[in-house]
Amino acid sequence: MFMGYSLGELGSIFAMQAFAGLILFSVFVLMSLGLAIIFGQMGVINMAHGEFMILGAYMTYLTSQLFQAYAPGLYGIYFFVAMAVAFVVSGGLGMLVEWGLIRFLYKRPLDTLLATWGLSLIMQQAFRSIFGAREVGVELPEWMMGSLAVTDTIEVQINGLFVMGLTTLIAVAVYLLMFRSRWGLQVRAVVLNRTMAGAVGISTERVDRMTFGIGCGIAGVAGSAFTMIGSTGPTAGQLYIVDTFLVVVFGGAASLAGTIASAFTISQAQSTMEFFMSGSMAKVLTLLVVVGILMLRPEGLFVLKVRR
Amino acid sequence: MSFSLRSKDLLGVLLLAVLLVVVLPLVLEPFRLNMVGKYLTYAFVAVGLVLCWGNAGILSLGQGVFFGLGGYCMAMYLKLEASTPEATKIQSTPGIPDFMDWNQLTSLPFFWVPFKSLGFSVIAVMLVPAVFALVLAFALFKRRVGGVYFAIITQALAAIMSILIIGQQGYTGGVNGITDLRTLHGWDIRTDSAKFILYFVNVGLLIGVILLCQFVQRSKLGRILVAMRDKEDRVRFSGYDVASFKIFVFCFAAALAGIGGAMFTLQVGFMSPSFVGITPSIEMVIYTAVGGRLSLLGAVYGTLLVNWAKTSFSESFPELWLFGLGGLFIAVVLLFPNGLAGLYRTYVEPRLGALLGRKGAEPKAAPAPAE
Repeated sequence: MFMGYSLGELGSIFAMQAFAGLILFSVFVLMSLGLAIIFGQMGVINMAHGEFMILGAYMTYLTSQLFQAYAPGLYGIYFFVAMAVAFVVSGGLGMLVEWGLIRFLYKRPLDTLLATWGLSLIMQQAFRSIFGAREVGVELPEWMMGSLAVTDTIEVQINGLFVMGLTTLIAVAVYLLMFRSRWGLQVRAVVLNRTMAGAVGISTERVDRMTFGIGCGIAGVAGSAFTMIGSTGPTAGQLYIVDTFLVVVFGGAASLAGTIASAFTISQAQSTMEFFMSGSMAKVLTLLVVVGILMLRPEGLFVLKVRR
Repeated sequence: MSFSLRSKDLLGVLLLAVLLVVVLPLVLEPFRLNMVGKYLTYAFVAVGLVLCWGNAGILSLGQGVFFGLGGYCMAMYLKLEASTPEATKIQSTPGIPDFMDWNQLTSLPFFWVPFKSLGFSVIAVMLVPAVFALVLAFALFKRRVGGVYFAIITQALAAIMSILIIGQQGYTGGVNGITDLRTLHGWDIRTDSAKFILYFVNVGLLIGVILLCQFVQRSKLGRILVAMRDKEDRVRFSGYDVASFKIFVFCFAAALAGIGGAMFTLQVGFMSPSFVGITPSIEMVIYTAVGGRLSLLGAVYGTLLVNWAKTSFSESFPELWLFGLGGLFIAVVLLFPNGLAGLYRTYVEPRLGALLGRKGAEPKAAPAPAE
């Protein structure tokens, strides 16, 4: 399969594929960070996670429409506003969902799966009724379009670089929030021992609501970032949900570093294989390998030592 | 425990049998009856899920895969029968299924060859899903993967299968699936009378399966399954090989799903990847949940009810159906986790007992939902 390429060309191919893999990696990290918080820390299976992403994407679309209509001069910065809107709307809805649905089900994790699947169906239909069944896309501001030529044969897209930067920023923010802030300490305390955390005066209900809200909010930002790469439709969320869950489970549900490591492994594997075989077969093969490794290491790559 | 069926259970099966064999065929026109037959093929999956999920606590989100495997096994046989050299002589390679010809295949793939035999195909309908389930269950349960992780892995599997089937167009018919099926061993399955007969075969098989599952539930095996669901460690420490019991019940449910898939292919006349993926697999779980995850008969009624609601809703208000289905998921989980059967046990049964002048049926605490 390496026939017909010179050594230099092969180098470029691998560099380009590696870069494509890095973008995919950023996307995976964005998708799964929110879920890693909700599933890994709280143990809630949120099947509507994909729909929260799509909600963020639609919010970005709405913001871009508003800017185009009322403030075309400021279009260059609309994206930053859109991300904030996406975070607030998705996070707010997440908190509402936690209050109305999830908090009754903390002792029945498999039932959260069914209930949130129902929620995802409702959200899908709501998107379809409000925004129409057709896919929508946003127009990128000019500075995000185009690409940088690194060498004659290698070039990188600016929006890809932007997604990568954004991912780094969010990952660092989540790290600081979880491991360097008082709130993160409370979350981890509740996760490890809910009763004891409650006994020392942590309001576990409030912590749960905030955690779920922030997880959903990050999903919204991820969706917002997606609009730069592809278009958004009502059912797009379901395409991501399996990947996202596998990334989180593969990395070891409770470990954020594991989530990032597994996102890297899976994305690099997939983008390298995609060059040599059809996209669907690459995907099948990647998923199969992941499932196979999960059989060997059921708890994922990075296991947090917890006394149960 | 010696094998004894309680008369109440038998009465329930009898009522269901009367409903399906006598009432529905008399009331419904052939088109609707065929539709009920289609719904009942999902009931095989739902009944299997009662054992697997309700009794043993193993939630599988990949039952669509087993349904599909059974369906495809049957469809491959029917397709080969429909692709005689005479019927396909306009193709560049006569004698192979039309979609293979379109995809430039010149000879029958090796794994299609055994499906020329009806006997092999009928066995494969149950065996292929069961073996597939065995491999998966063996790898997972021996490693003590359970609960949420098992659910997610089976879901990934459903995704893999549907991508694989759609991608390998030349071998599977791709996204259209295997269509244009005509005869079963020379018997035309497309006529009204054939559909009528197939409906009764389907009902007969379903009743048989329910009786078999009741037997399993009442046997020692069934009680170990429930014990395992509630306190797995204690069962393990008592010296039972927990994994083997789980493997058995998972394979059993897979084989039942395979029968359902095959009956689906026979009655509807095609099989496609749209019954394999994530969405149908989860919908199959909701049939069981609506009926009551602990009740075999409830699963059948749940399947009928949800599908009937789906058909009538999406005929008149296609917009509202997804809202309805989503609401149903949430309502079942939040408000009545034991489904229709739970409602029946709490509200109808005591009153029915009083009405019949008996001292209410034996008090039966609704078991806690499985985790």
